[in-house]
Amino acid sequence: MDLSGFRDPEIARGLIDAIKATAAKVGHVKLMEVCGTHTVAIAKNGLRAVMPANVTLLSGPGCPVCVTANEDIDVAIELARQPDVIVTTFGDMMKVPGSYSSLAREKADGRDVRIVYSPLDAINLAKKHPDKQVIFVAVGFETTVPLIAAAILRAEEQGIDNFSIFSAHKTVPGALAALVNDPEVQIDGFILPGHVSTIIGSEPYEFLAEEYKVPGVITGFEPVDVLQGIYMLLLQLAEGRAEIEIAYHRGVMPEGNVVAKALVEKVFTPIDADWRGIGVIPGTGLGMRPEYDAFNAVKRIPVTPPPPKEIKGCQCGEVLRGITLPYQCRLFGHGCTPEHPIGPCMVSSEGSCAAYYRFTDYGRE
Amino acid sequence: MCLAIPARVVTIEEGHMASVDIMGVTRKVSLDLTPEAIEGDFVLVHAGFSLQVVDEQYALETLEILKSIPDFAEDEGIALEGA
Repeated sequence: MDLSGFRDPEIARGLIDAIKATAAKVGHVKLMEVCGTHTVAIAKNGLRAVMPANVTLLSGPGCPVCVTANEDIDVAIELARQPDVIVTTFGDMMKVPGSYSSLAREKADGRDVRIVYSPLDAINLAKKHPDKQVIFVAVGFETTVPLIAAAILRAEEQGIDNFSIFSAHKTVPGALAALVNDPEVQIDGFILPGHVSTIIGSEPYEFLAEEYKVPGVITGFEPVDVLQGIYMLLLQLAEGRAEIEIAYHRGVMPEGNVVAKALVEKVFTPIDADWRGIGVIPGTGLGMRPEYDAFNAVKRIPVTPPPPKEIKGCQCGEVLRGITLPYQCRLFGHGCTPEHPIGPCMVSSEGSCAAYYRFTDYGRE
Repeated sequence: MCLAIPARVVTIEEGHMASVDIMGVTRKVSLDLTPEAIEGDFVLVHAGFSLQVVDEQYALETLEILKSIPDFAEDEGIALEGA
């Protein structure tokens, strides 16, 4: 399948012209790209620079590592400090500072912390080390949750009893509700996450259009995809419509992935979740059902980390809500860089601060 | 982190696993979430699992529409200048 058209400069130029023509029909609008992968795509392809002056692109709370509360990172660290434990996680989680330490620092101190590409790698590790407890520290949104559920079911089927999950998962639509209800935040349209929507479909966002009259477009990740999403949002605003549309049709069905949703439902149940910068949002976390306690790391190995504390001066929370732009933070580039990150938005490769720092000529924006 | 990469299913193997080709690199992925995938399909791969079978028809149709957007926008622009 040839998807190179979604990177075609000619098509991109056409869309940029269309965006400019359509933007001329609306006032100053703020569009939020919810997903960290979009933040990177926009920064890497220089799309902010080609936007008309009246279109502002804001980065949202869609970087799972960035929105993970210190308290959860502290639990992961505490788990790594237990005897006979191997903690595994995605690479992005390693350097994220909790209140007192990070998984990378724990590893440097001799704890067994390993980066894996997939939870299946963690299962294989558990098979190889039957004398150790292998814990997968799971952060992520709806994109990632189904495969964690599938991994748990695989481990159950294979009778593996030394593999467990620490679930710090979060779900996106409830966070968007919190943002549109926040009087400090002003968003005229949402560039909705493509791969979260691959799983959940378009229905869970309908309330944005119906109740709040804020349009949204489910958007893919190639440069042409992103421009298409922005164009469709501007069209809606220009025509006075508020709908949830799918631009990323090749990867998203309106109903989502029904098989994946059923697996999530089987293993997880909604709980309240603490989002960095936003606070507790009811029902936006996913806890494991009691039937799966045997695979629940904090049930198997209860830990009590010291009380969490916030990172001084870091404005990651404001950045995640679109109130502060990364370069408006006093630490940005002055002590906080991807090499020496102070806050999570600079740590994660998908964090807004890291994306701005690496790809944007931020001084001139 | 919600990155998912298109890959072609090369062979379907035991236990809902498949060998897929990701731009020339072969990887084993689980088909637990897309049991309908068959050999030759393109799937979106995320962290060792296939999330979705990519709809090629939609992809090609989208590109065709996008190619025609500049003309459309120009027409719109002209229409609006008079408004």
